[in-house]
Amino acid sequence: MTAHQTIEAEITTLSGAEMVVRALIDQGVEVLFGYPGGAVLPIYDALFAEPRLKHVLVRHEQGATHAAEGYARSTGKPGVVLVTSGPGATNAVTGIVDALMDSIPLIVITGQVATHLIGTDAFQECDTIGITRPCTKHNYLVKDVADLPRILHEAFHIATSGRPGPVVIDIPKDVQFAKGAYLGPTEVKHVHNYAPRTKGDPGRIAEAAAMIANARRPILYTGGGVINAGPGAAKLLREFAALSGAPVTSTLMGLGAFPAADPQWLGMLGMHGAYEANHAMHDCDVMVAIGARFDDRVTGRLDAFSPGSRKIHIDIDASSIGKNVRTDIGIVGDAGSVLADMIAVWKQKNLKPDKAALADWWKQIDLWRARNGFAYAPDSKLIKPQYAIQRLYELTKGQDVYITTEVGQHQMWAAQFFRFEEPNRWMTSGGLGTMGYGLPAAVGVQMAHPDSLVIDIAGDASVQMTMQEMSTAVQYDLPIKIFILNNEWMGMVRQWQQLLHGERYSHSYSSSLPDFVKLAEAYGGVGIRAEHPDELDDKIREMICVRKPVIFDCRVTKDENCFPMIVSGKAHNEMTLADEAGDLGALVSDAGKRLV
Amino acid sequence: MSDAQPASVYDLAHEEEVESLATFAVLVDNEPGVLHRLVGLFAARGYNIDSLTVAETDQNAHTSRVTIVTRGTPHVLAQIEAQLTKMVSTRHVQDVTRDPNGLERELALIKVKGSGPDRVEALRVADIFRAKVIDITHQSFVFELTGASSKIDKFTELMRPLGLVEVSRTGVLSIQRGVEVL
Repeated sequence: MTAHQTIEAEITTLSGAEMVVRALIDQGVEVLFGYPGGAVLPIYDALFAEPRLKHVLVRHEQGATHAAEGYARSTGKPGVVLVTSGPGATNAVTGIVDALMDSIPLIVITGQVATHLIGTDAFQECDTIGITRPCTKHNYLVKDVADLPRILHEAFHIATSGRPGPVVIDIPKDVQFAKGAYLGPTEVKHVHNYAPRTKGDPGRIAEAAAMIANARRPILYTGGGVINAGPGAAKLLREFAALSGAPVTSTLMGLGAFPAADPQWLGMLGMHGAYEANHAMHDCDVMVAIGARFDDRVTGRLDAFSPGSRKIHIDIDASSIGKNVRTDIGIVGDAGSVLADMIAVWKQKNLKPDKAALADWWKQIDLWRARNGFAYAPDSKLIKPQYAIQRLYELTKGQDVYITTEVGQHQMWAAQFFRFEEPNRWMTSGGLGTMGYGLPAAVGVQMAHPDSLVIDIAGDASVQMTMQEMSTAVQYDLPIKIFILNNEWMGMVRQWQQLLHGERYSHSYSSSLPDFVKLAEAYGGVGIRAEHPDELDDKIREMICVRKPVIFDCRVTKDENCFPMIVSGKAHNEMTLADEAGDLGALVSDAGKRLV
Repeated sequence: MSDAQPASVYDLAHEEEVESLATFAVLVDNEPGVLHRLVGLFAARGYNIDSLTVAETDQNAHTSRVTIVTRGTPHVLAQIEAQLTKMVSTRHVQDVTRDPNGLERELALIKVKGSGPDRVEALRVADIFRAKVIDITHQSFVFELTGASSKIDKFTELMRPLGLVEVSRTGVLSIQRGVEVL
C-alpha cells in the first residue's frame, strides 16, 4: 500500500447533514435544542438514530436559544441550537442577541433554502446571514460542503474563546445532502486567524497591584467575565479579595462569583443594587473592575460616577476598556489569568494593604449597611414579593439549586434577596433584558443538571412570553419550578409610569390572566397557589417536593415598588430608599426622563 | 450639570469637543459579507465614514485591505480601532494618521468642460498639479490626479470656475514607509 492509498483510506465521506452531527459529537456536545422544518430535515434525519446526542424539541425557536443559554451558563459549555430557515431563524434572533449582550457561547445552526434558490424569495427563505450579522460574534453561510467541517469546528473555537458569544452557521439544504470528506477538530485548518489575547500585560498588572495595595478605600467591582473565565477565576477572586481586604460588589451578571456569605460581600450594585455597594463605588479611591463593562444600569449618571477614584479595568474585550468610563490602567486579558498573575505579583512583592485605612473604610461601609437599603414594609395579610423571595431562599438554602429569572421587578428582587455562594447558579437576561428568558433557560439548566432544583423566578407578564415551553418541560420530564410573583401588572413598567409619567398606567395591567394553576394542569404539570403569608412556607415546601414541572402562582401585593433605586439621571450616592420615596416624580429631572 | 454635583475628575466636556479625521488600514479575511460586517459596525455604533476603499490584496492568503477614513474625538477613534480589531475577520488594524511613517494617497478623475481661455488656464493648472490628461474633446478634458486628499480638494477648487462638471475619487489608500508591513 502506498502512502497515498493510506491517506485515501482514512478519509471519512459523509453527507453535510452527517458532518453536522459528527462535528457536534467530536466537539463534546451532549444536548441540543431545536425545532425541525423543511430546510433542516436532512440534519434531523441524521439525528434520528444518533444515541450520543440528546435533542430537546422546544415549542418556539426563541425558547431553543434561551434553553441553550441556560445550558451554557450553568455548565460553562457552549449551547447548541438547531432551527430551520426563514421563521425558524428569525424566531431565534432574540435569543441570539441576548447571548451576544451577555457573552454566552452559542452555536446556532440554521437551515437555508438550496443554494440555487437563494435570492429568489423562495418559500421560507430569509437572509439569515444578513439579519444575524450585527447580532452574532460571527456567522457563516456554507456554500460548499468541503468548507463545512472547517466552519463547524471554527465556530466552536470562536464561540468559546476570547469574549464568548453566539455564532450562526447557515447551511443550505443541498449542502446538507452533498457528500464530502469529514475532518475532525484537530484536522481542519482554520481560515480565521482568531486568537484573542488572554494573558494580561505583566507591567500593567504589577502597576495595578501596587495601586490596590496603596489604596485607602479600594473596591472590587466584578462582572459576568469572572463567571465566563470559569470556576477557577471565582476561586482566585476570593483569594485576591482576602489578600487585598477590599469589599466586593458585582453586576447582575456576576452574582455568585463571590460568595454572598462572605463578610467582604456588599451585594449587587447599580440601579436597584445595594445601598452600601453603590455608596462604596461612589466614595472609593481605587476601583478594580474585573470582567464588567460599566453598563448604564451600573454607572448611573456618568459624569458623577465615582468621581474621586482611580480605575483599573480588567477585561478580555479591549473595546470594553475605556468605552463608557475612562480608566487609569486597562488590562486586556482573561479574568482568571490576570487575577492569578496579580496574586503572584502581590505575594512576590510582599504587598500589604493599609490596614488602618481599610479599618476606617469598613467602618464607613458598616454605616451604609446599617441603613438597611433593602428594607420593605412587612404585611401580615398579603404576601410581599420581597418576602416571597426571602422565604424561597431560606427554604432552598443549602440545596443544589439553580435560579433563572424573567425580566422586571421580580428579577431585581431575586438579585437582591436570593443569595449565591457559587458561580454558574444564576441565569438571567442582563444586557438585552429579555422577558421570557427564564422559563426556557430553566429547561436548559435542568437538562444539564437533571437532579438539581431549578427554579425560574418569574413575573406574570414575562412568563407568558414563552409559557409554551412548559410543554417542553413536561415532554422531557424536567421538574422545573416556575415561581411566579403574580401582581397582575407589568410591575417594572407600572413602577416607571408611577415615577415618570404621572401615574398614568398606560396598558400595563393584564386584566385577563390565565388561571396559572389550571394552566399547569392543562400542560400536565402541577399548579400551586399561595395567597396568604401564613401558607407560603408550606406551599414552597410542597413545590420543592414535587418531581414534576410546577407553576407556582404566588399572589403578591399589587403596587409594590422595587427599591432602593438610582432614579434616572442620578448618581450612586443619590439612591432613593423605600422609606423616603414620597413624591418620586419630583426627583427626576427632565434630562433623566429621557433616559431608558 | 448642577453646582451641587461633585465635579468629575474627568474633563469630559473638553475631551468630547475635539474631533479629528483618522485613516485606518484594516487587513481582513476576504470572505462574503466582510465589507457589510465592517460597514454595519460603523452604522450600528453611529460612526462616520468619510471614505472607504477595499480590494483583495493577497490572493493566496485571501486577504483584502480596507482603508477607511473616519472622524471622531480621541475617545471615539480609540473605540473604532478597538471595535475593528475585535471583528473575527480582522487580521490587523493600523491607525495610519497617528503613524509618522504613514503614507496616504488618493486618485481622482476630474472632468472639466469649457472653451476659450478657460481651457488654456485649466491645462496650466493641471500642469502645475502634475495631473494627466486622459481624455480630450473640443469641449472637455478628463484629468487624472494622484496625491493627498488635500491636494485633490485644492485642484477641484481651482477647476470649479474653469468649468468643473464631474469628480470621481477613489478615497484614501495608505501604506507605511520603510520595511515594516501591516
